[in-house]
Amino acid sequence: MQIFKKTTKFNFMGGRKLALIVSSAVILVALASIVVRGLNLGIDFTGGTLVEVGYQETVDLPKVREALAAEGFSEATVQHFGTSRDVLVRLAPKDGADSAAISTSAFAAMSKLADGQADMRRVEFVGPQVGDELTEDGGLAMLYALIGILIYVGIRFEYRFAVGAVIALVHDVIFTIGIFSLFQVEFDLPVLAAVLAVIGYSLNDTIVVFDRIRENFRKIRKGSAVEIINASLNQTLTRTLVTSLTTLLVLIALFVFGGEIIHGFALALIVGVVVGTYSSIYVASTAIIMMGISKDDLMPVEKEGADVEETP
Amino acid sequence: MNQYPLWKNLLVVIVVLVGALFALPNIYDQDPSLEISGTRRASVDETTMARITQAMEKAGVEAKGISSENAKLLVRFLNSEDQLKAKEAIADELGTDYNQALTLSPDLPDWLRSFGAEPMYLGLDLRGGIHVLIDVDMEAAVQQAVERNSGDIRTLLRKNKVRYLRVSREGEKVVIKFNDLAKRDKAEQLIHSEFRSLATAMSDEGGDFYVRATLKPAERRAVQKFALEQNITTLRNRVNALGVAEPLIQQQGERRIVVQLPGAQDPAKLKEILGATATLEYRLADTEHSVQDAVNGRVPPGSKLYHERNGQPVLLKKSVIVTGNQIIDASSGFDQRSGQPMVSVRLDGPGGNRMRRVTNDNVSKPMAVVFIENRVVTRMVDGEPVKHRTKVEEVISIANILEPFGSRFQTTGLDTPEEAHDLALLLRAGALAAPIEIVEERTIGPSLGQDNIDQGFMSVMIGMALVMIFMAVYYRVFGLVADLALSMNLVLIVAILSMLQATLTLPGIAGIVLTVGMAVDANVLIFERIREEIRNGNTPQASIQAGYAKAFSTIIDANITTLIAAVVLFSFGTGPIKGFAVTLAIGILTSMFTAIIGTRAVINWIYGRRQVKALAV
Repeated sequence: MQIFKKTTKFNFMGGRKLALIVSSAVILVALASIVVRGLNLGIDFTGGTLVEVGYQETVDLPKVREALAAEGFSEATVQHFGTSRDVLVRLAPKDGADSAAISTSAFAAMSKLADGQADMRRVEFVGPQVGDELTEDGGLAMLYALIGILIYVGIRFEYRFAVGAVIALVHDVIFTIGIFSLFQVEFDLPVLAAVLAVIGYSLNDTIVVFDRIRENFRKIRKGSAVEIINASLNQTLTRTLVTSLTTLLVLIALFVFGGEIIHGFALALIVGVVVGTYSSIYVASTAIIMMGISKDDLMPVEKEGADVEETP
Repeated sequence: MNQYPLWKNLLVVIVVLVGALFALPNIYDQDPSLEISGTRRASVDETTMARITQAMEKAGVEAKGISSENAKLLVRFLNSEDQLKAKEAIADELGTDYNQALTLSPDLPDWLRSFGAEPMYLGLDLRGGIHVLIDVDMEAAVQQAVERNSGDIRTLLRKNKVRYLRVSREGEKVVIKFNDLAKRDKAEQLIHSEFRSLATAMSDEGGDFYVRATLKPAERRAVQKFALEQNITTLRNRVNALGVAEPLIQQQGERRIVVQLPGAQDPAKLKEILGATATLEYRLADTEHSVQDAVNGRVPPGSKLYHERNGQPVLLKKSVIVTGNQIIDASSGFDQRSGQPMVSVRLDGPGGNRMRRVTNDNVSKPMAVVFIENRVVTRMVDGEPVKHRTKVEEVISIANILEPFGSRFQTTGLDTPEEAHDLALLLRAGALAAPIEIVEERTIGPSLGQDNIDQGFMSVMIGMALVMIFMAVYYRVFGLVADLALSMNLVLIVAILSMLQATLTLPGIAGIVLTVGMAVDANVLIFERIREEIRNGNTPQASIQAGYAKAFSTIIDANITTLIAAVVLFSFGTGPIKGFAVTLAIGILTSMFTAIIGTRAVINWIYGRRQVKALAV
């Protein structure tokens, strides 16, 4: 089976102006949302207490809220988690209060509601200073990943490719985080890990395209840079689509069957894979064209290129 | 012709076999078990085993099996209900001389055990348990050290008759104020020569003269390191008393301690234990009366019966010589004369005076150190939490008074430098422990852990099935070969995780799922290249050759960049994120092996030795 019978001849780069406008607009919206609406940060980053309780039967949230308010937790956020038998309670960090006492009495109140027939599923408490550190570490991790990639791609290819790849990655990260901000989906530690994995995945896609562009620059003697990039994108198109598809298949399996805890994580990766596929075609390639890449930039033949040329 | 040399084929076969062997333990059930070990008072032997069997029989609980290993007994059960029932029955029978810990243990056949193969180590989010991150207040530890020095500086100046206006502590500095330049300079010289660990600075302000002393950087670091070490030691002692199998107590970063208790369910109880306060008492031993009589219930008035750590009973006088908060410092080292390990102790002024009086009168008599821990334990009584105070008292050291001494003395007669080190830590634990605070806590109930395992397993299987069906339909024979490689990849990931005993977490499972999706990428790249070569009119054999060769550098580049992201994740991440990074990194490496070398070996075997007209790709 094949998606395309022959190598396609789509004029991807012909639409690069439109892509540029669309991408810029989308990124602006995402940035605006991140600035204005902010992120719905989980307790990993804000600090606070979270209690998940499993009941034998369906429970009404107002009753849970009442029971908690009676114990002095009127500020608690209460919601169903996964099923209508599971309830998740979030409590804002309190100065000077003992974390053990908070979670114990919150659980006791919720347990009383079901005559003690409630199951303590999990308790998480994160102190405010740990939350701050995590936020800082998360930002740093992203920065270091980008720098590491910039250096590696710069050495293996050329600096314009490195910059193009990083622009595509920043595009994907802002887009993914923007979606979380726009729809106020909870952003917790696993989601941060997923965003970092998106960096890895999207880069993977971009590198495959760049690799082909480099090969074709050296192989095809005639044709402009835009034509060669177009040809490269078409040659790798099937692979780009097939790999995105297989990755999406497993991610959808993870989203559907992996349980509520992993939802945010799977969602971030699904968004990231889709936007990463788009960006490796439109953003990264557009960026290197705009920076004025030409055949001459890649002509000094490197060792790997030479190996490939020799094989018939 | 496409043929692999023999060694490459052998390599693939061996890797697959070894991988399968080490992945095998994971398919066996994990039995709920009890791990029973003796304290220093009692050891585990045949009779213990008989007593346990009897106790379980009486309680009507049936064990799946009992085995003994490394001076420990492992009792397996069919379900956790039996396990809990047996725990109570055994506790009634054996009493406090034995420790029991709830654990899970795989029911492996002996031949597999003999290879040292073990199943993957499940993280707390999968097996349930408590994770606590503790912050040690380093600033307070340093301030305490400075405070101790300010007392000593006062004594030193008084002894040398250098008059000062005031000695006080400001943050991490001792500030000494004088009204006279000459006195100030003399004091500075004295401090400089007496206190090697202090750095001094002098200044004149508004007619007054000051010396400011701070800890030297090296000393400051030593104080902080010691504070952390001491907290880890005391925490470990306390956590061990909880009876949890495989507790983890580990330093994280410069000032944090991680405590992980797999299977534990009651964070309140853990925090009571962590929050216990400890103190010490020096007491004289009662040598006039018989210890045996006291053990039998006839404790003489004025004395009290204690136990040493090894269970040995000791009779001590009731009057206390000095208490832990009179200890200023305790450190371990070697005795200059005998070269034996020793602990040197420093007491404050009043403590030193009292110690001098008592030791003067009691030369050559034994003196003991009692370690006392106050724990608050909350128990549920009729649905209401009731707090109980319990006091744990233990004699940690007993030694003869060789000569009268005061505020500085040494304890010798210790067997090893480690013992001296531990004693010093315990001596300081009384009064000097740097304050700790719990900054993060995660408790996962057992039902959620099991759900996480089930859901994780389900998503790996379904995700993999979808990818395999797609690959088989899309690439036919080559797709089936890729599917084989994908299955092998999963086996290898599981095998490596089992061998490394790296912790498998829920995000770790997500990492495996993601690798499954991405692992076929290498094969997609290769197969698309082969199709391209065929379209360009090349022969099937040449197309296979060229497809693998041309895709190779692309695959390497693409995977190394993903690996960079995984390494960054690992170095910045905590707990669950690390688990994700580890499986992602392992998955990338194994997938390169199976997708490039593994599939090539199979493709060569299918197509390699013959004339092929068309490839099923």
